[in-house]
Amino acid sequence: MAIERSIAARDVSGPAKFALPSVPPWLLYMVGLAPAFWYFYLGVTDQLGADPLKTLEQLLGVWALRFLIAALAITPLRQSFGINLLRYRRQLGLLAFYYVLLHLTTYLVLDQGLDFGAIWADIAKRWYITIGMAGFALLVPLAITSNDFSIRRLGGRAWRRLHCIVYIAVPLAALHFIMVVKSWPPSPLVYASIVLALLGYRVGWKLLQSGRKRHV
Amino acid sequence: MLIRSPSDIQPSEITPKDVYFNRRKFIALAAALALGAGAAGRARAEALSFAKGPFSTDEAPTSREDITNYNNFYEFGVDKADPAANAHTLTLKPWSVKIDGLVARPADYALQDIVKPVALEERIYRLRCVEGWSMVIPWVGFPLADLLKRVEPLGSAKFVAFETLLRPAEMPGQRSLIPVLDWPYVEGLRLDEAMHPLTILAVGLYGETLPNQNGAPLRLVVPWKYGFKSIKSIVRISLVAEQPPTSWNRQNAGEYGFYSNVNPQVDHPRWSQASERRIGGGLFARRRPTLMFNGYGEQVAGLYAGMDLQKFY
Repeated sequence: MAIERSIAARDVSGPAKFALPSVPPWLLYMVGLAPAFWYFYLGVTDQLGADPLKTLEQLLGVWALRFLIAALAITPLRQSFGINLLRYRRQLGLLAFYYVLLHLTTYLVLDQGLDFGAIWADIAKRWYITIGMAGFALLVPLAITSNDFSIRRLGGRAWRRLHCIVYIAVPLAALHFIMVVKSWPPSPLVYASIVLALLGYRVGWKLLQSGRKRHV
Repeated sequence: MLIRSPSDIQPSEITPKDVYFNRRKFIALAAALALGAGAAGRARAEALSFAKGPFSTDEAPTSREDITNYNNFYEFGVDKADPAANAHTLTLKPWSVKIDGLVARPADYALQDIVKPVALEERIYRLRCVEGWSMVIPWVGFPLADLLKRVEPLGSAKFVAFETLLRPAEMPGQRSLIPVLDWPYVEGLRLDEAMHPLTILAVGLYGETLPNQNGAPLRLVVPWKYGFKSIKSIVRISLVAEQPPTSWNRQNAGEYGFYSNVNPQVDHPRWSQASERRIGGGLFARRRPTLMFNGYGEQVAGLYAGMDLQKFY
């Protein structure tokens, strides 16, 4: 934890003006996973509407995207607003991964009934499934290395490079959401815009930094 | 293959005997359709009188709750729950249907004049949505052919074009800044498809007048095609010589063809059509295989003899 913080602290400039009181990780995981338990309970008790499977699948996917966005928002919040939530980034990222895992399990088990013929056809032929699966595959190494041991083992530089994969995985998730719907309902577009803004921010910040360096 | 799923609706509830045999109610039906129902145009379900029609499946109907709360009717919003929440604002009276084009008797027909001469029938049909879910719906209606014969199509008529009401003041989806579809919604059938005895105009479901969110007061039902072909709240029917434009085809021609027959072998470009989820089965229900022509192949396969259904999807 301490190492991750010190590594991450290097890619930010300027001191944080504001930090929330610390929340223990287990509490964050419990609160973060509460929606999943709640939806599953609603689904089992037939309170998720006419097509409970679809609803559950979509809600879990949307929550995965929300946590991915939250994790991506940590750096801009610190750099530009002086709000330091860095210590929660690992939990947010892992929560996102758990929701991706639940979303995928719902698709594999409840939707497709583990019919691997149909699942493989989906992955090969359906672009949105291909893209969703690719996003998931990219998140796996990040989830596996989201611990102090891996940071020590890989070294800060390599670890940070590895975790840049998130900049590919999150837009894939947003694209997956846009492609799964029939027309152009607003919410997938809203999520995609937020993701684009968070990635665009990083590009802008980099350009600004390199510009500053040249002028010094 | 018929898979029965448990349902708390008894067949006796679908066709109540008292409605069936009560002549006064039959008169009330005509009055209800003629005058509209409820105050200030807000529709209240009215009991209909009808006989049992042919082609009904013996599969358990989907609950009324699900049929009336899980709708695609983009004029009232893109969420499945939007139509049930928003469609109450729709004024159903007066309602007329303009029938024009290649017919001997073009006119604006008042709804009651369309419905009065016909004998209503119950048709319990499967409905398969292009999105991969399905229902079983006890419609009340009459063959579209009955109406078309009355207006006398000319020999040159080859297609039938349909149009939904355009009334942004009452249809919030038509007011949205980014229109999902070009309004008004339009659909079309080949004349032989339109004249097929399976094709009906529905005025009710579960023995009562249609709820607004299900396409009140008059909608098409073509059970062997994906649900979006069954256009709702119809205000115009035109007999034409050329294949008419259809809304989803205009929105995305690569994904939605003119024919849009239910076909498990022709996938939607983004998802498989080989199987479907039957609404009402709960979280753990298994998918069921989708049937060719939604199980109506015996009746309609002949309409497409010699056609490449991969090409004419």
